[in-house]
Amino acid sequence: MKRPGPQKGSRPEWDGDGSLSIRFDKLGVVIALLIAYAVLAAPFATFRANRIVPGDAKGILQALPAGAGMLLLALMAGVALVVLLKTPTRLRLFAAAAGLAAIAVFIGMAATFLTPPANSYARVSPASGFWILLFSFALLAADSITRMRPLPLVRLLLLVMTLGGAAVVLTSGLWDGLSILKEYSGRADVFWLEAGRHVTLALGSLFAAVLVGLPLGILCHRVAPLRAGVLNTLNLIQTIPSIALFGILIAPLGWIAVNVPGAAAIGIRGIGAAPAFVALFLYSLLPVVANTVVGLAGVPREANEAARGIGMTDRQRLFGIEFPLAMPVILTGIRIVLVQNIGLATIAALIGGGGFGVFVFQGIGQTAMDLVLLGAVPTVVLAFAAAIVLDALIEMNAPQRERGRTA
Amino acid sequence: MRAWIPHLLRAALLVVLIAFLVSPSWFDPLLKPLVQDNAPAIYNQGSLLTLTLLHLRTVAIATTGAIIVAVTLAILVTRSFGAEFLPLSRSLVNVGQTFPPVAVLALAVPILGFGEKPTLVALFLYGLLPIFENTLTGLTTLPPSVMEAARGSGMTDRQRLFKVELPLAMPVILAGIRLSVVISLATATIGSTVAAKTLGEVIIAGLQSNNIAFVLQGGLIVGALAVLIYDGFSAIERVMARRAGLAARS
Amino acid sequence: MIEIDGITKRYDGITVVNNVSMTIEPRTVTVIVGTSGSGKTTLLRMINRLVEPTAGAIRLDGDDNRSMPGFELRRRIGYAIQGHGLFPHRTVAQNIATVPVLLGWNKARIDAKVTELLTLFQLDPAAFANRFPHELSGGQQQRVGVARALAAEPNVLLMDEPFGALDPIIRAKAQADLLAIQRLLGTTIVLVTHDMDEAFHLAHKIAVMDKGALVQYGRPAELVKDPATAFVQTLIGTSERPFRLLSIETAGDAVEPGPAEGQPLAETVSQRDALSELLWSGRAALPVAATDGTILGRVTLEGLTRRAAKPQ
Repeated sequence: MKRPGPQKGSRPEWDGDGSLSIRFDKLGVVIALLIAYAVLAAPFATFRANRIVPGDAKGILQALPAGAGMLLLALMAGVALVVLLKTPTRLRLFAAAAGLAAIAVFIGMAATFLTPPANSYARVSPASGFWILLFSFALLAADSITRMRPLPLVRLLLLVMTLGGAAVVLTSGLWDGLSILKEYSGRADVFWLEAGRHVTLALGSLFAAVLVGLPLGILCHRVAPLRAGVLNTLNLIQTIPSIALFGILIAPLGWIAVNVPGAAAIGIRGIGAAPAFVALFLYSLLPVVANTVVGLAGVPREANEAARGIGMTDRQRLFGIEFPLAMPVILTGIRIVLVQNIGLATIAALIGGGGFGVFVFQGIGQTAMDLVLLGAVPTVVLAFAAAIVLDALIEMNAPQRERGRTA
Repeated sequence: MRAWIPHLLRAALLVVLIAFLVSPSWFDPLLKPLVQDNAPAIYNQGSLLTLTLLHLRTVAIATTGAIIVAVTLAILVTRSFGAEFLPLSRSLVNVGQTFPPVAVLALAVPILGFGEKPTLVALFLYGLLPIFENTLTGLTTLPPSVMEAARGSGMTDRQRLFKVELPLAMPVILAGIRLSVVISLATATIGSTVAAKTLGEVIIAGLQSNNIAFVLQGGLIVGALAVLIYDGFSAIERVMARRAGLAARS
Repeated sequence: MIEIDGITKRYDGITVVNNVSMTIEPRTVTVIVGTSGSGKTTLLRMINRLVEPTAGAIRLDGDDNRSMPGFELRRRIGYAIQGHGLFPHRTVAQNIATVPVLLGWNKARIDAKVTELLTLFQLDPAAFANRFPHELSGGQQQRVGVARALAAEPNVLLMDEPFGALDPIIRAKAQADLLAIQRLLGTTIVLVTHDMDEAFHLAHKIAVMDKGALVQYGRPAELVKDPATAFVQTLIGTSERPFRLLSIETAGDAVEPGPAEGQPLAETVSQRDALSELLWSGRAALPVAATDGTILGRVTLEGLTRRAAKPQ
């Protein structure tokens, strides 16, 4: 560019009168205030005599043995200080990781400390202070990572490291005293069964949608008169609320199960996973088809002309030119679908389709929030991880000039 | 297709919807074949009209809150003093979209109890994202020459915002609001799993009593509302875009 | 009068404009030329403080331009840019009225000014006032852009490649209109361009910028005669020198007494165009006519050849 713009944000900061002036980081001030509130005014853990009764909120010093409590306070103060000042981004990311590790360890410690010996009814769960700290550190980590603009592979590595860290904590038994894991330990088998169903529903319907949606998108691109009709129909499907669509499909699928020979044998039933699968598939079609159409329409005319000019056949043009160029947009559609499906699959539980929603709705029914968390937390983690992986894939598929622009 | 046909279809949809809400019994014969002999074909545990109005009220409150917060935030991060927050806010929006609405709803219950409140919070949080994203897009993709001219002709920051930036970004912002409302309309039904008074109640009642007619009427009312509101917003956007002289740009 | 005094602009340690000093006389057209990245646009934008200088000062009629808030300063200085920058959501009349509205003029005065400017720029107020920018042609948009810049009757008009997006025919017309309006209103114009033909056609004085520094500032003929650096030489183009000289003045300035045959030339065309016409028609002389059609005399091949020679 020929003209350095109006210089927003990156104003050169020359200290007029010397180097003593301390510079604060704007976001850092917000995060430090959040940390201070969480540590000083909010409860760190909640103790309940059993899983249903209202809890007893405990601050950091009450929830932890004296020495540990002071140590956590000191650690939090240290992180807050790093965050508050204008410090190098790497240091900030390290501080965020340290903060996350610290609260992960100390909440486990609080569970052990607060639970009376040999009492299997008592429940200890993280309280608002813990969640605010978690949010603050996640925010700090997100900000640092955004500022560092890491390459897609590095982002994937960070994801794997974070998940690995969580896995280590989970398997170490550190959190075994926490109520959410007590809920888990009672239904470990069911948990993994539902996890499998959840992933199968979300990925399976995505796979089916891609299998049908890609050719449909190509067809819509090539045959213009089809486009509006197909896209409008798919748009219309999106307006039907998920729980209704799940329910509406019960009838036709039930009919198919009874009347089509062999249908019942391959798992088609009125209730259960089949209507959920079909509903997710229908919802998934729009983003896949629409993005395929948009992606193909966005292929530069000159590229197509050139391809035609050097004598490529239609098929060669499609696979050699149009598809690779449209890939980032198509992948964006797939990302939308995957994240959306992981969320929507929770609703399948309402019609007996299984998935993490089972725990969420059971929990809501029993007003047992730990059970809700057992369903909600894995769903969020799954959706989040899927988004990061797909974003990285999209960026790796994007033309070179786009790299590093999406954060 | 002729230009008036969509208008006619829309008008017909509106008439049918109103007729159904005011006097559902007229439609009894249509829905009867879907249910077992002695089961009711029309929702009988409350007034459909009341539920529809409550549904719309919940969406309206949550969306209004989301508009105020999202637009304000987007304006703040596009000013020079908030520019530091712009990349982070983009990432947050990205992350926020990965939270499933059911999870948000379920997690709000321990803090807010059952009923309308957790639904409002979930709808509000979920509604923020499209509006924020679109407002951000609208405010950051203004033609540079126009912004330069606005500065060059001596507008203050505030005058630029209100006289140039917001009017020019308005069609894009409205598109965000439209998206947000349509998502909220559908998501509000899930609120009934935590006892919010919305049309989800009809659907869930149908699921529990194995009454397809209930599920269908609940779902179709919400679908019809979404289509009509979507079209209404689209029409307003077109008028505004035309008035804003942006027809050539879009 | 605009006095630029030791002005410097640095971005993150990179010097974009380096210690530039120059004085721009009132009621003249000054053209700043240079390659991309020479700092010419930044220099222009420091006059109305769209860019704040790192060091130095700029005075307008003796007053430091930092003696008032930037936005107030900009309301008193006209500003027209490449691609016109018209507000797409406002009509032509509203666009032109931008600065008068900001200054709080009353409606009657604003309406009168809009009508006056539209007429001046040959746009029928009845037909154009209520149109939106996207309903205009490129040339019309550009004229509205300049009209908007002149609406508050500024003494100074800054123009950043105002004709860059126009095709050659419309550009020539726009340049001629600008000169006519400048003569009529007596506005001091500072114009940035990278088009040397445009510079020689419009400028009373040319400022050449190179890598942030002002390397030469003088009348066009001086630049041709005594280029200060090899860069100025290259910019003017060695083989172009005689034609550059001819493009500074009009045929009217080269009129000699005597008769001539053929289609008369307008007195406002440049001597360069006159020469071209002579060569093409194969004649040694052509008559020159005033705008009202009266014959003023003739231009001759010999006379123009003399004028194109290196000044002594």
